[in-house]
Amino acid sequence: MDTVVETGATTRGQAGLKPERAKVTVKDLKGKVDPDWCPGCGDFGVLAALKQAIAELGFQPHEVMTISGIGCSSNMPGYLNTYGMHTLHGRALAVATGAQLANHDLKVVVTGGDGDGYGIGGNHFLHSMRRNVDLTYVVMNNQIYGLTTGQLSPTSAKGMNTKSTPFGSVENPVNPIPLAIAAGATYVARGFTGQQKHLVELIKGGVQHRGFALIDTFSPCVTYNHDNTHEFFKQRTRKLEEMGHDPTDFHAALEKGRLWGDVIPIGLFWRREDLPALDQLEPVLGEGGPLARRRLGVGPEIAQALIEELM
Amino acid sequence: MKRVDLAIGIGGAAGQGIATPGDILARIFVRRGLHINAYNAYQSIIRGGHIFLTLRTSDQPVLSHGDKLDVLMPLNQDTMDRHLKLMRAGSAVLFNRDTITPGAVPDGVQLCPFSVKLLAPTIRGDLVQNTIALAAVLRLIKADFGILAEILTLQFKRKGEAAVAENVGVARAGYDYAATHFTALPLSLPDTGKRLAFLEGNQALAMGGAAAGVRFYCAYPMSPSTGVLHWMARHARQLGIMVRQVEDEIGVINMAIGAAHVGCRAMCATSGGGFALMSEALGSAAMMEIPVVCINVQRAGPATGVPTKTEQGDLWQVMGAGQGDYPRIIVAPTTIADCFKIVPQLFNLVDKFQCPGIILSDLLLSEGRSSIDPAELDFSVPIDRGDVIGLNGDSPPVNGGFKRYLITESGISPRALPGTPGHVHVVATDEHDEDGVLISDEFTDPHKRQAIHEKRMRKMEGVLPLLEPPEVHGPADARVTLVGWGSTEGVIHEAMQQLAVAGIAANNLQIKWLVPLHVDAIVSILSKSPKVIMIENNYSGQFARYLRSETGIVADGHIRKYDGEPFMPHHIADGVRTILAGSTKHYVPVHEIQV
Repeated sequence: MDTVVETGATTRGQAGLKPERAKVTVKDLKGKVDPDWCPGCGDFGVLAALKQAIAELGFQPHEVMTISGIGCSSNMPGYLNTYGMHTLHGRALAVATGAQLANHDLKVVVTGGDGDGYGIGGNHFLHSMRRNVDLTYVVMNNQIYGLTTGQLSPTSAKGMNTKSTPFGSVENPVNPIPLAIAAGATYVARGFTGQQKHLVELIKGGVQHRGFALIDTFSPCVTYNHDNTHEFFKQRTRKLEEMGHDPTDFHAALEKGRLWGDVIPIGLFWRREDLPALDQLEPVLGEGGPLARRRLGVGPEIAQALIEELM
Repeated sequence: MKRVDLAIGIGGAAGQGIATPGDILARIFVRRGLHINAYNAYQSIIRGGHIFLTLRTSDQPVLSHGDKLDVLMPLNQDTMDRHLKLMRAGSAVLFNRDTITPGAVPDGVQLCPFSVKLLAPTIRGDLVQNTIALAAVLRLIKADFGILAEILTLQFKRKGEAAVAENVGVARAGYDYAATHFTALPLSLPDTGKRLAFLEGNQALAMGGAAAGVRFYCAYPMSPSTGVLHWMARHARQLGIMVRQVEDEIGVINMAIGAAHVGCRAMCATSGGGFALMSEALGSAAMMEIPVVCINVQRAGPATGVPTKTEQGDLWQVMGAGQGDYPRIIVAPTTIADCFKIVPQLFNLVDKFQCPGIILSDLLLSEGRSSIDPAELDFSVPIDRGDVIGLNGDSPPVNGGFKRYLITESGISPRALPGTPGHVHVVATDEHDEDGVLISDEFTDPHKRQAIHEKRMRKMEGVLPLLEPPEVHGPADARVTLVGWGSTEGVIHEAMQQLAVAGIAANNLQIKWLVPLHVDAIVSILSKSPKVIMIENNYSGQFARYLRSETGIVADGHIRKYDGEPFMPHHIADGVRTILAGSTKHYVPVHEIQV
């Protein structure tokens, strides 16, 4: 275990002014420990892509906060040298919403798995999207519960044999892409860990997007999912850019999002940039900088007015 | 001068506009410097049912809504039928004889019928009945008409001059009719010249949050806690507080934790059911060592329970909320003034000790209203954020890496806010080492686990000396000590006054700080008491069992009420007399009025 000391402690400049910033490399973004994922896990690819995206976008480690829930993929914050929160199962988006609104200078990235985000955290997923909170949500979708040793997940295919469905699942899976488009997410993409450069670009696009960005990512589980393997996706995934898809076409985005079979599209399904993010709509954040940095207390004049209301 | 003690009951169906005459009367009283206490018994329906507001005023502080009514204003037949039989000699009942008929009238009760058709032949709508009754009440208690005219003018100004003239005219007719047809009550309302404020506990909690510097407030609506959300939402822009309504209580507490972690003072409020959903996350705040304040306004449980009725049934829930042992501070304010003062105090504690804080209120305290000397609402409270790095953009150099969970003697570790250069770290709900690195997976290490767990729990040792120990109220040589916690303080004190009149000297030990508990102070007080009687608004004596587990003290008697309505003073006084007489150790009063 090597000790990582954060590099380049520059202060964040005022808007329009670019202070001299130390160049951040992928190596600088390495966390205190190495991942404990199974050898060959897709999540290694997401970790690499995330570090690459942050480095290429030029963020300093202290400017980024990575927030996760619980599950194999939710161990992500510990493997990154950014501010991190490893919260409860399913709760990452709720915590991240609070953090982003309380300090909108932070770049908040949320990481987790399909069970964490689409199952136990489903309610927060839905409402974070309709609120268009400025978050980048990278879901490592392996269509299985890994950390609990192989049960059905909300994205497991119908008919799949798992430890909790030994005779095959009879349930329909969640399809996060049309769900997210319909729920109000303003950047909806799908990546595959077998397409690293493509994934890096999708994450970069999501981080730069002002609003809720979902990057659902096929991150195959080598231990418990023998159906949806690296090879499975390698044969079927096709880039939307090569399919002539227009990510500003709502109906085309929904239709492409529903494709699942011999061709499974990856890439940017949907983006709209005409909607402000929640923090931009919040009058309290209009001036005065991040909420978390403001002076506390109520001045005597306002205090008097509050008391007068009661008399 | 003879002490004034006047209680007015206004009852009807939801939607009949009971709140408005109640508010107007309360305002008239506090403007004269009279104290008030108000309790509204209501049901979980928007229209219909039975609602009953008791408003009591006095030239002395009013400790509870009392035992008796001097004036009854039934706005429908149902209220008349429920309450008339309980009225006493000397009291008055005002009602619209067009629609309401009295049944058997107890001796000495003055019936004051008026006819809306006669007094306001041209005005439509049911609310005119309330205006006439209100004006007549003011005449009965010999209050000037001018103040009512002033308030009605303000209220109807938006609807134009004609509406103002009409309503003031009707009120005048009611006032004059009362002057010639009814006998005024034998009292005269003093005017102390010192105006008081009046507010409900939820407002006081919200204002306490504002004073504490809460910058992030979120909630899911749940009776009887929603008043905090309403106050916060109404004042959010004025005070620079972000207020969010969240999809569920799990989201509420987690959002608050996110905001708190990056540096905001964050607060949320709910009732028992919502609190149950928050349990796991409260433990996570303790594990990640993030200060956050959660208010639980108790209502009668279990499950959905009785949503609009009071209870003190969540003590064990808040003490045991969430899995595992973790540091938490729990306080139960005893008065509405306390609701205001406790919040900044608790925030200073949770910031210092980096743990969750829980305020345990209940419907009686949160929705009950009381007058208060405005000087008690002092917003210039000390704010102490504890040792926080980066709050003002500071980023002191770190030698050898920042350890968020550094093991210290006090258990308190340095805290750096996300965004601060040089202090990058991860906080985790998994067990972790001083660096924040998880030890729960492949690096599990029993020695590290023990050390970090002890560090976290050790913080509680520092909390207790900072909390004011409980004190006995009343005569030191009393025959019996009445032990209560939280909201029952006022009614216990009034019961003590009734007992004193009956020749029984009682005192009161009211517990405010529940966790940590001042065990030594409590033992020292109760070991001198000839008899100890516990008073609780729950079935199982939750505090009695807690006290026994912490001190070994077994109470001599219990007075418990769990019918949804708060104690009235005579319930307690009767219980004490019965227990002292030796006929029972366990007294459950019967609530006489079907509300």
